Amino acid sequence: MLVAQVLINALVLGCLYACIAIGFSLVWGVLNVINLIHGSFIVLGSYLAWGLYQSLKIPPWYALIVAAPLFFILGYLLQRLLLNRVISAPVLVTLTLTFGLDLILNNAMIYFFKADYRKLTLNPPIGSVSLFDVVVPVDRLIATASALALTGLLYLLLRRSRVGRAIVAVRLDRDAAVLMGVDVKSIYAIAFGLGAALAGCAGVLMALIFPISPLSSSTFLGKAFVVCVLGGLGSVSGALAGGLLLALVEGVGSATIGPSHATTLSFALLIVFLILRPQGLLGRKGFE
Amino acid sequence: MPEILRLDAVCRRFSGLQALSEVTLGISSGEVLGLIGPNGAGKTTLVNTVCGVTPASSGRVIFMGQDITGIKTYQAARRGLSRTFQIVQPFAELTVLDNVAAAALFSQAGESLKSAREEARAHLAFVGLEAQAGQSAATLTLAMRKRLELAKALAMKPKLLFLDEVNAGLNSAEVEKATALIHQLAADGITIVMIEHLMKVVLNVCSRIAVLHNGRLIADGPPREVIRNPAVVEAYLGQQYAQRSAGHG
Amino acid sequence: MNRLNLALLAMIGAMAALPLFGGPYALRLGTIAAMYAILALSWNVVGGFAGYPSFATAAFFGFGAYATGVLLGHGWPLALALITALAASFVLAGLLGAVLLRLRGHYFAIASLSLVEVLRELVNNATDLTGGGMGLNIPLAAGSGVLADATFFFYAMWALLLATALMVIAISMSKLGFGLACIRQNETAADMVGLNSTLYKSIAFGLSACFVSAAGGLYAAWVHYIDPSDVFDILYSVKPIVMALMGGLGSPFGVVCGAFVYLALEEVVWRNYIQIHSGVLGVLIVMLLLLLPHGLISLHWRMFWRRAKHA
Repeated sequence: MLVAQVLINALVLGCLYACIAIGFSLVWGVLNVINLIHGSFIVLGSYLAWGLYQSLKIPPWYALIVAAPLFFILGYLLQRLLLNRVISAPVLVTLTLTFGLDLILNNAMIYFFKADYRKLTLNPPIGSVSLFDVVVPVDRLIATASALALTGLLYLLLRRSRVGRAIVAVRLDRDAAVLMGVDVKSIYAIAFGLGAALAGCAGVLMALIFPISPLSSSTFLGKAFVVCVLGGLGSVSGALAGGLLLALVEGVGSATIGPSHATTLSFALLIVFLILRPQGLLGRKGFE
Repeated sequence: MPEILRLDAVCRRFSGLQALSEVTLGISSGEVLGLIGPNGAGKTTLVNTVCGVTPASSGRVIFMGQDITGIKTYQAARRGLSRTFQIVQPFAELTVLDNVAAAALFSQAGESLKSAREEARAHLAFVGLEAQAGQSAATLTLAMRKRLELAKALAMKPKLLFLDEVNAGLNSAEVEKATALIHQLAADGITIVMIEHLMKVVLNVCSRIAVLHNGRLIADGPPREVIRNPAVVEAYLGQQYAQRSAGHG
Repeated sequence: MNRLNLALLAMIGAMAALPLFGGPYALRLGTIAAMYAILALSWNVVGGFAGYPSFATAAFFGFGAYATGVLLGHGWPLALALITALAASFVLAGLLGAVLLRLRGHYFAIASLSLVEVLRELVNNATDLTGGGMGLNIPLAAGSGVLADATFFFYAMWALLLATALMVIAISMSKLGFGLACIRQNETAADMVGLNSTLYKSIAFGLSACFVSAAGGLYAAWVHYIDPSDVFDILYSVKPIVMALMGGLGSPFGVVCGAFVYLALEEVVWRNYIQIHSGVLGVLIVMLLLLLPHGLISLHWRMFWRRAKHA
């Protein structure tokens, strides 16, 4: 495969990975909660996009507008009503709790939607674009552009809005934020809601590219993990860096030692980073 | 008196911050050295570096003739280097007795839990905590926790003991008691290095004072000399103190 | 030996009488109960005693299953295959532990979880040795007839449970157990008093892995066919944690009770709600964590205390 093609593929995939991971990273960085439901949120977002297209012919890029608030509310309520109770419990408890919640959501999706893979095929199909010898399907391009737009929006939100600044404050130093008058409980819920919204939107975008099934949720979750550890927690630039690195490693690995080893490679890379550089390329270390 | 600990041009960096610069210091067996200086001078870092918590970036640490630069914390403990923490670190769920027994058990070879507990009683008696032996460590007051720290440090049969601000947070009666204990330890022949802000205690107990400022050793010598050293007055003691102590001679 | 540990041994002793009362179904349930108890007890060594939330149980379960399966396929006798798997996983876990247990909290949890993924993929890809995704057929290892087979495997798993319980009780009464308790409460202080925490943690991790591997090996011999997604299932990592949380972290007796209660619930749900059984498991986990954070054992003492107050 042409080197340029591999690189472009990695670039496109990297942005998508970043989009998958950014919500997860935000929740981990701010609430110190590893949200194991994240993957299922993404799949649910995909189903939403699929459903909206099947029944109302609404294309995914508009479905984003529906998905974001819906998922935000879902995440906000989930945090406020359930997760908040164990927010100061040890790692074990929060991980197991989100695992349990994920079991419920995943099982519900399998029950209602069945486990078979569905595909959102755009009608009429929108083909691909080629520049020199490099081919990129347009749906991926749109997904990538949207992914970048989403991460850009989050970045602006964190930098420019009051809520965003409060979120960053809580991430940097929770206790100091409390002393500054930040309502940490609210911020936690907002951050989790944002994380869920980002996951839902990522799912909508993924529907353009990947087949949809509840069985993929652990794959998405796994990618999110690796991206966070590689790139660093709680920052947009970290998610982008991690996403690009992962996509690059997978792409090069696929081209050289074969695609079946791609997953092993990514998890092995995860372990290496955890041991040698837990804060990732750009990040500050998450809480312990 | 033979030298028990020597630091040779020891440096310690923390990404961008030079916490210790070219610290060269020798400590003789049996002396009581006061380590003073403003906050952030590097006093606790020095203790951490000797005890293996944060290894030296360069330079050497020699303890009883052996180069121990960069050894692990538990190895330093087993060689006879013991310390207390500024913010006390008990084993919260264990009883007071077991806290001290743990120190005896793991730092000495050939101990069993039973023999460690017996020794622990003796150390608790020394610091005056025998009555609390069966209580959980979490229920102690701050002053008692400080004494528990000391008992733990002693259970390790140290050759060199670092006391990191044992008096922080204590009232004057408690400080007196602590000082008496330290006198007793010195009399028993343990080499002591104490990080301390209370000059009254330092002058009372220490045979020598070393002063750290911004990671550098700026003075090292007998107490009366050091407190008159203009650099030390400038960096730490302040003019009022100097005038007051000059008045007392 | 304290009363709870004695109670544990008594309970295990009583279990031995099961074949006298039950047919194949009861034996099957009993074998799984013993297996779950082994997993939960083993996890408790690193999760409850040392305080490191390990999600690696499935990794070693799968390792043991495949190691034993492959060896049995080469004609090794069962006992030898199991002992080899046990020893190999102890060493492997000890070495991995020395590296992974330097991480704390979330990072350790993720690293241990990733271990499961990495091992599963490695096994998946080593098709020549393990059959890869197509699974591994394991030759029959024991006697003939359904009941004889079932009885044999019940007693084998029971014996392994007894060994695990004895190991765990021995740890809790030894210097190792004391050291692990110190590490759990304050690792910095533990280092400072001369405890070689890396060594202790590695040993704990090794011990938490070896009996799990043996259980995996027995499981493989029992079911005769395994594949990577079956034995390297994350649920084998999460279930022991739920059992330990149910029963009360740190107490071997509590943990085993948790395992038995969990199995009972699982069986009831499986029989009646098969389509949504994982969802129901999820609900169970959520309720457990929100309502009973200290496990069933806390319930017991609370009731006792309430009665005493009114006496």
